[in-house]
Amino acid sequence: MHVSYSSWFKHLVSLSDSLTHMVVTVAKTLTRSHRELSWREIYTLSPAQGGDKLAYRNRAGSAEPRMSETVKLIGIFSSPLVHRAEVALRLKGVPYEFIEEDLSNKSELLLQHNPIHKKVPVLLHGDRRPAICESLVIVQYVDEAFVQGPALLPADPHARATARFWARFIDEKCWRSAWMALWAEDGEARETAAREAKANLTLLETQLQGKRFFGGDRVGFLDVAAGGIAHWLGVFEEIAGVRLLGDDEHPALCRWASDYTADEAVRPCLPDREALLAAMATKKERYVSIARAMTRKRM
Amino acid sequence: MVAGEEKGLVLLDFWVSPFAQRCRIALAEKGLACESVEQELLGEKGELLLRSNPVHKKVPVLLHAGHAVCESLVILEYIEDAFPEATPRLLPTDPLARAHARFWADYVDKTVYVIGTRLWKLKGEGRAAARAEMLETLRTLEAELGGKAFFGGEEFGFVDVALIPLTSWFYSYEKHGEFSVQEEFPRLAEWARRCGERETVAKILTKPEDVLDFIGVLKKCYGIVE
Repeated sequence: MHVSYSSWFKHLVSLSDSLTHMVVTVAKTLTRSHRELSWREIYTLSPAQGGDKLAYRNRAGSAEPRMSETVKLIGIFSSPLVHRAEVALRLKGVPYEFIEEDLSNKSELLLQHNPIHKKVPVLLHGDRRPAICESLVIVQYVDEAFVQGPALLPADPHARATARFWARFIDEKCWRSAWMALWAEDGEARETAAREAKANLTLLETQLQGKRFFGGDRVGFLDVAAGGIAHWLGVFEEIAGVRLLGDDEHPALCRWASDYTADEAVRPCLPDREALLAAMATKKERYVSIARAMTRKRM
Repeated sequence: MVAGEEKGLVLLDFWVSPFAQRCRIALAEKGLACESVEQELLGEKGELLLRSNPVHKKVPVLLHAGHAVCESLVILEYIEDAFPEATPRLLPTDPLARAHARFWADYVDKTVYVIGTRLWKLKGEGRAAARAEMLETLRTLEAELGGKAFFGGEEFGFVDVALIPLTSWFYSYEKHGEFSVQEEFPRLAEWARRCGERETVAKILTKPEDVLDFIGVLKKCYGIVE
């Protein structure tokens, strides 16, 4: 579905140029339970976020305004990986268009732009090709391509390496063990995985080190990477009837999850919990078969 | 304390590890002196390794300025960030090109070694499935390389560093999977030869025959009889 909002958007920006007060318009009429492709799907910047000087600079420093460079995110409302990409765009104050995909009937757009994995999220930035795929690659791209907004990764090289290390840990260890703990068919395998999953969450928790967020005072790269744990894990746990993340064992991580999901940039990117629960409860068989495949492939 | 630990760069290493070799190649390309400390991996792991990488207990680990950096691709990015003046840059400056380099390095990470391990560990159906996946992976890499000299274009870069050490393992994969990289993926074979002409790569890569011998040792460890 073609959306032409660029002239409307240019008009709005020129208005905010001549206005000195806040223009914050979240012109979305979407409900929390699903997203529709809509010309209103624009997140507009306030002057405080640099909205009065909207200019997309590349890292080389040229200040050419690129208003016509539409950012499109192909995704589904229920994916924690898509959430990462969306939160990154929000945190950086980048207007974008969300294109809801039907993974049971993949669109030409998705297949064309992610031929390797055929998965969401996929980011299209203007006519820059190829598109950007893989959630953490997208998050880093957003951090580097849009210099307005706070940096998602810290400046210090070792701190950056630490954030990247723990983001990989979340994907390779946390989610893998949690998935087996939730959906493995063998009871003993589930129990072993549950012990491992809880230990992995404890390890991740140590990275908070008394800070409000992994990124410090503000949401950063690792918080975004961990977003699935904050909002999705509990829903999976409810469907599977398994408890992994708990106040008793992971008090700091639970407190972080609450702060993360309450953050003003994050909250609009979180699907309604009830809708998520309803959507995911119907996919239990698929989750079990993914766990089965993981068991087979595990060396 | 290992000599050089506080002063410069130390890499906790293992002779045949393609992941450690990624780091050694990157450092050598940039002329960054690094002390390589061989670790015991098949037997009891050393205290320094366990202290530096308590989460995974694996190599490579880069020790620098009192910190430990783990995971080879994380180490490669760290080297870029920590030594911005060291050339050549392995990641381009353009954000889109960087994203593509990261995507393909991530693709290599999720495929070649993992599938290759199943290829030599399993038999029958398992091996056949791994063979099909390996061919698919190499086909994808061949297509991505296309007519370029290197994955990033004209210059040796991030994706080349991520993949080149794994080419020492191709010989073993070919033997177990009964296929030929040269015949089926000539561009990839040519790219491997081109990279192999670099002094750093030639010096650091394990000989393919030695990798096959090592796999033989691993098979004994796992009680696998061919």
